[in-house]
Amino acid sequence: MKKILVSTVIILSLVAFTNVASAQCKNFAKKICKLELLPYVHDGIYNATVLSEGETAELYKTFYAGQEYRVTVCGDENLPPVQFQVLDAERNVLYDNKKHNFAKSWDFKLQSSKQLIISIQVQTSDELNDQILSGCVSVLVGFMNVENSFDQNK
Amino acid sequence: MINMKFKNKILSALAIVAISAFTISFIGCGGDKSNDENLNEDSLNTADEFNKAKQVIYGIPSPIETAMLMKRAGAKYNQDFLNPISNMGNYTTTKSMALNLGVYSADLSFASMFDQSQASIKYLSATKKLADDLGILNAIDKSIITRMENNINNRDSVMEIISETFMNSNSFLKENDRGEIAAIILTGGWMEGLYIGTQIVKNTASNKELMERIADQRLSLNTLVSLLNEYKNDANVQTILPEMEKLKKIFDKIQTSSSKMEVVEKDGKSIITSTSEVKFTPEIFNELEKTISEIRSNIIK
Repeated sequence: MKKILVSTVIILSLVAFTNVASAQCKNFAKKICKLELLPYVHDGIYNATVLSEGETAELYKTFYAGQEYRVTVCGDENLPPVQFQVLDAERNVLYDNKKHNFAKSWDFKLQSSKQLIISIQVQTSDELNDQILSGCVSVLVGFMNVENSFDQNK
Repeated sequence: MINMKFKNKILSALAIVAISAFTISFIGCGGDKSNDENLNEDSLNTADEFNKAKQVIYGIPSPIETAMLMKRAGAKYNQDFLNPISNMGNYTTTKSMALNLGVYSADLSFASMFDQSQASIKYLSATKKLADDLGILNAIDKSIITRMENNINNRDSVMEIISETFMNSNSFLKENDRGEIAAIILTGGWMEGLYIGTQIVKNTASNKELMERIADQRLSLNTLVSLLNEYKNDANVQTILPEMEKLKKIFDKIQTSSSKMEVVEKDGKSIITSTSEVKFTPEIFNELEKTISEIRSNIIK
């Protein structure tokens, strides 16, 4: 009985903590991650969640021809690096930030409109630690204002 | 013995506190639960080095992105295509308020993108009113109208204000277990963008690029239908989904083919190259335009 109660307290407290943390994700996305988008204009869509080491999330989005995009993925400073890959519909990897020192952003444009998948994974920590690290991860999409754009025909 | 009993009592009390905390916090994050359920189905087909996706997020073009797309494609501003502010009094149900918050957000973005100062302020006031009616005004900066007025001649600042307002609204809804309302707002905004785009094509000289962007909306519609399906038990969503499915059947008539995608670097920029062929006939456009007008007419009435 005692073991069950102890386990219940620990497990439920952890879950409750995680959910409370998700409420702070908005501020993280807005005050920290959004700055990484500059000078691109944020599309106004909020995508953020609490992830633990090794966990993943995926964003499915259509990106349009002629528009210049910046995808920014950032994780809470307590978390190990966050890997993100940009995949096509057949899950071929078009970009992997792990090959670019876990860069937070990727700027690109497309010749024709496509649905892409932004696949995010929190890396596992190298340090020996009993506690599984978790924190807010945000993925934001920005686009370049028309006047600031470079020549699309180049 | 007494000590043991005391310990058990403490543990029981802690368990109750933990269960309560869990319950309260979980109620506030119900949107994630549906995502997780969805994930289990979607992740069955994925086989790469990544683990199964914990959460699937559907990215729908925001009103501000759609307005930018249209302007880039050469669209011209026409106030006649926007939903008149005078219709606002008609919106008394949650569904009509949410859909038209999306519609007015699209109209606001469209007006701002074309430097229509007075229209922008009017549509911002309309979105603020509907946000208030939906109970999400607290998510929006109280001084938003003043900020807009003070920055009305700086389009970058105006777009930043619109983007921030939209983000605050949809994050507030998602974090308060009202993800279905956020999805309905996005549906209204997407429909209005599509309506304005098709009206511009219908009423002005041929614009190939704008036609292409309209045809591209078939991709976003697939994502939108997936998003709405996450909330298919919601009564309001149940009435919207068939309309979107109807639209999807017409979009599916557009024949497409495309080559494999590759990334090339040019002048320090990454370009995803791939050629696409899209057969968007005038007959399909006319059918699409007619259906979009009907659906939009029902939304704004």
